Amino acid sequence: MRRIYLDNAATTHVAKEVLEAMMPYFSEKFGNASSLHSFGRETRDAVENSREKISKKLNAKEHKIIFTSGGTEANNLALKGVAFANREKGKHIITTKIEHDCVLNACKWLEKNGFEVTYLNVDKEGFIDLNELENAIRNDTIIVSIMHANNEIGTIADLKAVGEICKAKGVYFHSDTCQSFCKVPIDLKSFPVDLLTINAHKIYGPKGVGALVIGEGVKIDPLLHGGGHELGLRSGTENVPGIVGFAKAIDVIKEKDIEHMKRLSDKLIEGFSAIEESWLNGPKGDKRLCNNVNFTFRFIEGESLLLYLDSKGIAASTGSACSTRAVEPSHVLTAIGLSAADAHGSLRFSVGKDNTEDEIKYVIDVVKESVESLRKISPLTKK
Amino acid sequence: MNEGIRYSKKIMDLFLHPKNVGELKDADGVGKVGSAVCGDVMVIYIKVAEQAGKKIIMDTKFKTFGCAAAIASSSMLTEMVKGKTLEEAEKLTWKDIEKALDGLPLVKTHCAVLAIDALKAAIKDYKQKLKGEKE
Ligand SMILES: Cc1ncc(COP(=O)(O)O)c(C=O)c1O
Ligand code: FES
Repeated sequence: MRRIYLDNAATTHVAKEVLEAMMPYFSEKFGNASSLHSFGRETRDAVENSREKISKKLNAKEHKIIFTSGGTEANNLALKGVAFANREKGKHIITTKIEHDCVLNACKWLEKNGFEVTYLNVDKEGFIDLNELENAIRNDTIIVSIMHANNEIGTIADLKAVGEICKAKGVYFHSDTCQSFCKVPIDLKSFPVDLLTINAHKIYGPKGVGALVIGEGVKIDPLLHGGGHELGLRSGTENVPGIVGFAKAIDVIKEKDIEHMKRLSDKLIEGFSAIEESWLNGPKGDKRLCNNVNFTFRFIEGESLLLYLDSKGIAASTGSACSTRAVEPSHVLTAIGLSAADAHGSLRFSVGKDNTEDEIKYVIDVVKESVESLRKISPLTKK
Repeated sequence: MNEGIRYSKKIMDLFLHPKNVGELKDADGVGKVGSAVCGDVMVIYIKVAEQAGKKIIMDTKFKTFGCAAAIASSSMLTEMVKGKTLEEAEKLTWKDIEKALDGLPLVKTHCAVLAIDALKAAIKDYKQKLKGEKE
């Protein structure tokens, strides 16, 4: 059967050149990067060259890059690490209602441990109100955490504007950029961001590797204590093949791939818009991530549409891809004002650089048919 | 919440090719349960006739807004009750549906419970209508 992968926001395949770059670091160059002998030196060089490359990509000369086991760990390190290291300054944290679960659940955990968290509202396209942010910052606010591109609806936040507000108010600014890294330009020289989360498996790199980029002078405690790796901020023998693959992956997505993904996404949006009682969630135009299409098809339930499409070889996603299914409707879709019923009837299609126009045509046809079939079974359909 | 869900082949077959989908215009009983807010709504229609002093479910149809398990459960239920007496139908439990579907993922048992609730609501509706006619 023909298989079409439209779940690139959940994860991507590892690009061939990335895999090739990683291969020597499993068996051939296997040394512990902390060892002083030649075996260790060759992997140390690989780790430091990778760090250098990622630092250049972000124009982050003044920042340090701390490799982690992925986006989840980097977000946890940013929030918990900064919260605990700055307790004497205060106990207040600001984030938004549409963050990834790893940020929201880290915040919930911090609330159980004596911190207070403000969850900012977003408008119907998923944007925060900068005035609301400014007013929410208190004397005891330690950190503001606002994601760059939203993983469910593709809304791209204005990092520069948020960063400037945080800078003026003297609070740390953290941003989760797992979805936007290498798709939307990020320049830490001109964006005042103190902490930035990135990971590899959304950009054709391996799973299980990411990094927290930390600005100069940021007070932060580690989560993992041990041998003092990664400047003492993340102990544990470095995942050398993963780190090498991560650094290689940052070159995979080219400008023309971004344009291609944007074109395919627009085609999907146009095709789905012809289906009655359906709409695009999130913004249109250049404030939308190039590869995200999130659609509500009223009167049908997302999981059943997902499985229907799966039976035809098409892979999409409901709600947040990292948890296959919560019975709760998506917190992002309810935050932008969808009713629970409509949130249940929504699906995310995230294109990749290797999808083709022909595939997109097929997907539009199959989605039309599938929505029609499921609406025949639904008691909510008006007809 | 994060362990993923695997359905039996039976569930997938019924989900993709459900039986008895639709409405019964002249239904004797209609049962509607669930809510769109929770992500599931089920409606079961039954047509009842008396044969040799017994009340028999002659026909059933359903409409469901919900996950694959909910659609398969309601389809299975309509097949299971067709031709049964009301007493027999009332004895069915969600476990019977689960068995007929070759098992249900743990987090999906409520979808079968919902199907049983819809059937009970339809039978209740039928009995109430009957009472109304007699009065
Ligand atoms: C926005 C966002 N943040 C964080 C993560 C978690 O990253 P990881 O899977 O590397 O832990 C993801 C996706 O997985 C994501 O989309
Ligand atoms: S309808 Fe609720 S999960 Fe099946």
